[in-house]
Amino acid sequence: MNDPDTDTTHVPLIDATQMYRTLMRMAHEIVEKQSDVASLGLVGIQTRGVPLARRTAANVQAVCGLEPPVGELDITFYRDDLGVRHGQPEVKSTHFGFDLTGMDLVIVDDVLFTGRTIRAALDAIMDFGRPRRIMLAVLIDRGHRELPIRADVVGKNVPTMRGEDVRVRLAEVDGVDEVVLLRPEGA
Amino acid sequence: MTRATRSRPKAPQAAAKWTRRHLLGLEDVSADEIRLVLETARSFKEVSTREIKKVPALRGKTVVNLFFEASTRTRTSFEVAAKRLSADVLNIGASGSSVVKGETLIDTVHTLEAYHIDLLVMRHAASGAPHFLSRHCDSRVINAGDGMHEHPTQALLDLFTMSERGKTFDGLKVAIIGDIIHSRVARSDIFALTKLGARLVLCGPPTLVPKRFEAFGVERTTRLEEALDAADVVYCLRMQFERQQANFLPSVGEYVRLFGVTAGRMKLAKPDAIVMHPGPLNRGIELTSEVADSAQSVVLDQVTNGVAVRMAVLFLLAGVN
Repeated sequence: MNDPDTDTTHVPLIDATQMYRTLMRMAHEIVEKQSDVASLGLVGIQTRGVPLARRTAANVQAVCGLEPPVGELDITFYRDDLGVRHGQPEVKSTHFGFDLTGMDLVIVDDVLFTGRTIRAALDAIMDFGRPRRIMLAVLIDRGHRELPIRADVVGKNVPTMRGEDVRVRLAEVDGVDEVVLLRPEGA
Repeated sequence: MTRATRSRPKAPQAAAKWTRRHLLGLEDVSADEIRLVLETARSFKEVSTREIKKVPALRGKTVVNLFFEASTRTRTSFEVAAKRLSADVLNIGASGSSVVKGETLIDTVHTLEAYHIDLLVMRHAASGAPHFLSRHCDSRVINAGDGMHEHPTQALLDLFTMSERGKTFDGLKVAIIGDIIHSRVARSDIFALTKLGARLVLCGPPTLVPKRFEAFGVERTTRLEEALDAADVVYCLRMQFERQQANFLPSVGEYVRLFGVTAGRMKLAKPDAIVMHPGPLNRGIELTSEVADSAQSVVLDQVTNGVAVRMAVLFLLAGVN
């Protein structure tokens, strides 16, 4: 992850208008892939996947008239790196409010990178019920998968180097809608 | 949209992080650390409401409950907490172990460590035993009650319960009633609540609530009415009948007359006050059955929250290398 003490170049990738259009196009794609919208459920990964999922639910309603339920999922307890970190990560809430069994779920997250977060999310979801199928929608796919995981719906593909970082900022969490690439100096 | 801008990114605000290898007491734990445990416990409470009440966070880790004093509720609570984190649990009681043959505490623990355990939860009759142990062993140590000294997880679950019931700690009036001098629960609650800005009033017979406790930054009274007046939390400690033998009380009957919490006396407290007790209750002694079973009583919530809080403590300690 980024060392805040070194100089870093910020490369803007997506601004607020582009984000709105991208999310709307993603909602269209989800509806296109999902014949039975009534059994659609969205699962937002804490933290930024949650507001993205909520916006996507509203966009799906705009597209087809039905708003899918949105669950929030914190995957901290399912991470594969709990033993090797220094200190535990901060835990946020998990709440579904609907029965997952038999539903067609779409996991929504901001950035797809190694795929380990999604692996953890799949394990967590299976502990809650037995969905009919699970798809993945991400705003940014930055490559460098370490597990055989792929997204069904992608907002933008951003090829990156390992040392770089992609930051998604959302109005609900960070006060602004944007996506920036952080490139350490000398990289 | 390709112009790059160079800037120094702002350092993120550090949330409190857990860096302690042991939880031996709350005397030296900061308010932020306490809040972190409570926040983490909230997430773990949700796990216990699921169909599958288990998360893999401590999978493959071994937690040993080493209880030298009899305890069902605390030991069971830690056992459930560890199992819901997918840890393996060993329960070792003193009576069935080689401690009876004269094995020392350090030898007992070194033998356990030869099994490569990860976390040690210990209850012991000697104050300071877990502190002593933490200096002589490699495992992470959690104090489940040491003599008359501290019972940190009890205080944490007490605070969690208060917070769950909408109480904010700053200025909160908490009346702790009963055998304060012998109570490790009271000490841990005093440390934690004063750190978070609550106003504590200790109440009981002068033999059980000595004046020197005021040094903790608390008030003290021998009149129950004064303690209960506008109280937000009424915390009843268990009356230990052995005290009567040691001449701390003239009689249990007198204690009940002067300090027993009844429904009538509860009217002095705030209308939304809660009644708490670390358990096990002596109905009709510390409090009447009517109060114990009233809507204001959160005694069973305390038990439920004990699991969530202990899951949080095990989880946080396990993350420290």
